[in-house]
Amino acid sequence: MEKIPILKMGKFLLVTIQVDLYDRLALTLEEDLIEMVFKTGSKGVLIDISALSIVDSFMGKIIGNIAGMSSIMDAETVVVGMQPAVAITLIELGLPLSGVHTALNIEKGMALLQSRMKADLDDDENDGDD
Amino acid sequence: MATDIFEILRLNKQQILQLWLQNQQTDTEFSDNFNTADELRAQSAEFVDLLLSTLNENNIHDFSSPDLEPLIDYVSSLTISRARQGFSPRETATYIFTLKDSLLKVLSDQISGDLSQLYQATIQISRFVDNIGIQSFETFITGREEVISQQSDEMAELSTPVIRVWNGILAMPIIGTLDSARTQVVMENLLQGIVDTGSSIAILDISGVPAVDSLVAQHLIKTVNATRLMGAECIISGIRPEIAQTVVHLGIDLSQMITKATLESALKFAFNSLQLEVRRIQKDKVI
Repeated sequence: MEKIPILKMGKFLLVTIQVDLYDRLALTLEEDLIEMVFKTGSKGVLIDISALSIVDSFMGKIIGNIAGMSSIMDAETVVVGMQPAVAITLIELGLPLSGVHTALNIEKGMALLQSRMKADLDDDENDGDD
Repeated sequence: MATDIFEILRLNKQQILQLWLQNQQTDTEFSDNFNTADELRAQSAEFVDLLLSTLNENNIHDFSSPDLEPLIDYVSSLTISRARQGFSPRETATYIFTLKDSLLKVLSDQISGDLSQLYQATIQISRFVDNIGIQSFETFITGREEVISQQSDEMAELSTPVIRVWNGILAMPIIGTLDSARTQVVMENLLQGIVDTGSSIAILDISGVPAVDSLVAQHLIKTVNATRLMGAECIISGIRPEIAQTVVHLGIDLSQMITKATLESALKFAFNSLQLEVRRIQKDKVI
């Protein structure tokens, strides 16, 4: 069965969606990704959807789900490279994906995750001091 | 004895054409526009040819009859080409109605003996030519409407420019009312601009928007959210006092968006978040 690869890159997980997502594939991805977050203890998930040209409400919901699940497992989700048409569609569907961080491209997404990690670490250090 | 008026017309085709051309020339004001008299003659001859070959006693009463289609198409294309050459609708209509005069002149010469038949034929012909005139006018109006809708599309495109004010900062001044169609164009242009330039901040300046009601605010919120989904930040600037008043009176919640009073302060905010600094250069004074 077709699967979307989940790559471990340092402390983060990298998912690039290069094919059109159909419902089964998206559900499998959701399951695999959460499993990976648990197994690797990653602190950040980067989902690249720049090749995705069509989304529906189900796909929007799956992306929201992944972000929600990761965040309760202490990992941040960043969605990068969303196409204008996809963004407009999601907005028109009333899915602003409020829990999800976004970035223009992989580079900026990575930088965002790193800066958030750093902020977390600083917080931890401060907590230690107190 | 009923004479076939169509046969009469067909037999006197040359005379009709001659009369028509003469009539046109007496109307001096509208012959200037034509490049050459030959061109006018050729066009008129083609028209008369087509008219007389398609017209018969069955379709003279029924303008929507299918065998009149070539004639109607010809009238339409004639109207369009004349409109492009700069003829006014009055000139084109006069052109068609002078044909009526010449047709009726020929008829009255040929069937002068039978007054009641002449009367019937006159009514039929004049009604038919009137229909051609209406057809020409309708074509003219349709063409005009097409031009108008095309222009309003172009205006929507023109009035929403995306400006790259700095590396990583886009600005989009909106002039005029924001309706749904306009918002769509604004959103698409802005998002495309973000993708093309890789900018992370977009400033939407609404100082040129005359009024903000709940619908316009809804559209703004949509645009801001779409920008956020793309991974960029959207600042709304140019909030005039009246706009702030109406927004608060209407109870619209804009707290989730970054709003600034002027483009200047929006730009400052953008520089700040990109960790840029604008400084005055201290030049050494020459003593």
